[in-house]
Amino acid sequence: MPLTMTAKRNLVTTSLLAPAVLWLFIFLVLPFIAMLVFSFGERAPAGGYQPALTLAQYANLPARAAAFWNTLLLAPAGALLCLLVAYPAAYYLAVKANPRYRLLLVSLIVVPFWTSLLVRTYAWMYILGSRGLPHLLDLIGISDVRLLNTPGAVLLGIVYGYLPLMIMPIYVSLEKLDRRLLEASADLGAKPVSTFLGVTLPLSLPGVMTGVALVTILLLGEYLIPQLLGGGKVFFIGNALVDLFLQSRNWPFGSAIAVTLVVIVVIVLTIAMRIAWKVSGSRQVDLV
Amino acid sequence: MSKWYRENAPISASGLMDELMRLKRGSVTRRHFLGVTGLGLAAAVLARQPGLFNSTAYAADLGSTMSLATWPNYHDPATFENFTAATGVAVEVNVFGSNEEMLAKLQAGGTGWDLFVPTNYTISTYAKLGLIDPIDLAQVPNFDPKSQNIRFTAEGTVDGTVYALPKNWGTTGIAFNSDKIKAPVTSWKDFFDVAMGEADGRAMVHDYQLTTIGNALVSLGYSFNSVQPEELAKAEELLIKVKPHLYAINSDYQPSMRATDAWLTMCWTNDGAQLNRDMPEIKFVLGKDGGEIWSDFYAIPKSAANKPAGYALLNFLMDPANAVKEHIANGAPTTDSRVLALLPAEVTSNKIVYPDEASLTPLEFGAAVTLTDPARAELMARFKAA
Repeated sequence: MPLTMTAKRNLVTTSLLAPAVLWLFIFLVLPFIAMLVFSFGERAPAGGYQPALTLAQYANLPARAAAFWNTLLLAPAGALLCLLVAYPAAYYLAVKANPRYRLLLVSLIVVPFWTSLLVRTYAWMYILGSRGLPHLLDLIGISDVRLLNTPGAVLLGIVYGYLPLMIMPIYVSLEKLDRRLLEASADLGAKPVSTFLGVTLPLSLPGVMTGVALVTILLLGEYLIPQLLGGGKVFFIGNALVDLFLQSRNWPFGSAIAVTLVVIVVIVLTIAMRIAWKVSGSRQVDLV
Repeated sequence: MSKWYRENAPISASGLMDELMRLKRGSVTRRHFLGVTGLGLAAAVLARQPGLFNSTAYAADLGSTMSLATWPNYHDPATFENFTAATGVAVEVNVFGSNEEMLAKLQAGGTGWDLFVPTNYTISTYAKLGLIDPIDLAQVPNFDPKSQNIRFTAEGTVDGTVYALPKNWGTTGIAFNSDKIKAPVTSWKDFFDVAMGEADGRAMVHDYQLTTIGNALVSLGYSFNSVQPEELAKAEELLIKVKPHLYAINSDYQPSMRATDAWLTMCWTNDGAQLNRDMPEIKFVLGKDGGEIWSDFYAIPKSAANKPAGYALLNFLMDPANAVKEHIANGAPTTDSRVLALLPAEVTSNKIVYPDEASLTPLEFGAAVTLTDPARAELMARFKAA
C-alpha cells in the first residue's frame, strides 16, 4: 500500500527527530536510570556500588540536611539578588540606552561569559583575599577585614557568575515591549511610576520568570563557587555530591541525593512554568 | 657572503622558512634541508645522548603526551620541561587533595593517568583491587633498590611484588605564621585550641580524611589511625566544634598562607619547607603528641593508556641527577642515599626537611584500613556538610 502524504510527512519528521531522541535517551534517560538503580544499592567495601534493594540511602538523607537547607535557601536568595541587580540593568539596556550603543552594551555583558567561570572565580579569590580589597581598605584605616571564604563572598560570586543569565531573558522581554503602549498609558494620564508598575513590569514578567527559573535551577547544582569563595565550608548539594563520589566513594548515597535533587528541580520548574504561563496567559500577551 | 660564514652561523627565521618552502616545493632534498637548517645535526646529537632515548625504537613509541596525577606544589616545573625536551613527550599534570579522591577516580575508570603518586598506606589496597600494575624494574634502570631506605620504601612491595617506586618521604605537621600568632603551637591539641582562639577564622585543615580526622584523634590522645566508633565520635565532635572557626577546608593551603589570609594550617613537610624558605615567619612544627609520617610512591595504573611514556618519566625521575633538582625545589626528604649524597648541606641540615629522630618517634604511618573505612569517609563528609 503506498503511503499517504501525511504518513510520509510523519515518517520524515520521525526520522529527523530520531537522532535527537536517541541522544536524549543515551545521555539523559539512561544515566538517570543508572542513578536510580544505584540509589537503591549499597556501598561496596572499598567504595563504589554493589547491588542491593534497600531504601537505606533515602533514609540517610537527613545526614545531608544542612546541604539541602543551604542550597534551598541560597539558590532562591541568589536568584533574587541576581534579579535585583539584573532588572535595572536590563531595563536600561532595553529602554533607556542609546540604540547606537545597545549592541556594544549587550556584548559587554555577554563577552565575560565566554571566559571559564573557574577563571573568573579565581579572579574574585584574588580580589577578596588579603592582597585585594582588604589591603585597599587597610590603606584607608579599616583593618583586618575578611571577605574571602564567607557566605557573603559566596553570594557575591553567585550574583556575579549568573547575572548574564538573568539579564538576557529580561532584556529580551523588555526589548519586545511595544512603545505605543507606554505612550497610550502616558496619554491616559498615568505617571511614569504607574506606567512602569501597570504596563512595563507585568509585560516583562515572563522574562523575569524565565531568568529566575534558569538561575535557580543552575544554582541548585552549583558547587564551584561555594568551594572556591566559601572555602569548602558553605556546603551546597553539589558539594555533597562531589564529596560522596570523589572522596567517600559512596555511589548509592550520592545517587539518592542526586535523584532527590532532580525531583526538587522538576518541582521548581513546574511551579515556575505554571506561574509564567498564568501570568502571560491571563494578561493576553499577544504582542509578544 | 662567503661559504664558511653561512655554514657556521645559526640559521635565521626567514632563512629557515625559505629552506622549508624549497623543501616543500621539492627543489631541495630532505638531506639538504636538514643539513643547512642544522636540524639534522641537532637530531643526531639528541639521539646520541645517553639516557635520553634508550633506543630509537623505544623513543618512537612514547607518543606526544602523557598524564601524571600528583599533589599540589610537589614538583619542579623544570623537571617536566627537561623531560619534554629530552623525549618530546609533554606532561599533563593533574593535582589532587587526597588519596581517596585518586582512588575514586581509579575505581570509576578512564583516568587517563600514565603515572601517579599514591601514599604508602594505599598501595596494598590498590594492588588488591587490581588497579595498579606491578613495576617492570627492567624498564627503570635508574632505580637502585640497594640505595633506598627500607623504613620508607617497604610498603611499595606487596607480597614480594614491587608495585610502586618511592618518590620521597615526609611528615604532616603544623605551619603557622609567627607574626600573627604569638601563642606557642607545639602539638595538635594546641592547633585546635589556637584555631578556636587566637587564629579564629584564620586556620585551615586538609580536605583529606586521613590527616584531618587523624590529627583530631591525636589531639584527643587517640591513635592517628583509629577506626574505633567511640573515638571517631569524639573526633567528629571536635571537628564540628572547630568548623565555624576555620578559614577553609582545603588541601592546597599555600596560596592562602602566602597571602596571609590564613595563619595556621595542617601542613606537609615539602609545603612547610617551601613556605619557610620564602617567608621565614612561617614556622613548621611536628606535633609532640603525634601525627603522621609518610612516604609517597610512583605507581602505574592498570588503565594507563601510554605506559611507555609512564615508564620513561619514572626512569627519568629516578635518575639521581634529576631527583636532586626535584628535592631542592619541592623540599621533601629523599629515600635514596644516592640523592642524599648530592643534596647541598643547607638542605640536609634543614630541620624541617630532616627533623631529628626524637621528633619523629611519636609519629605514625597511615594504616591501610583508613583508606577504605566507611566510618571515616562518612565522618569527613558529615564534617564538611555540617
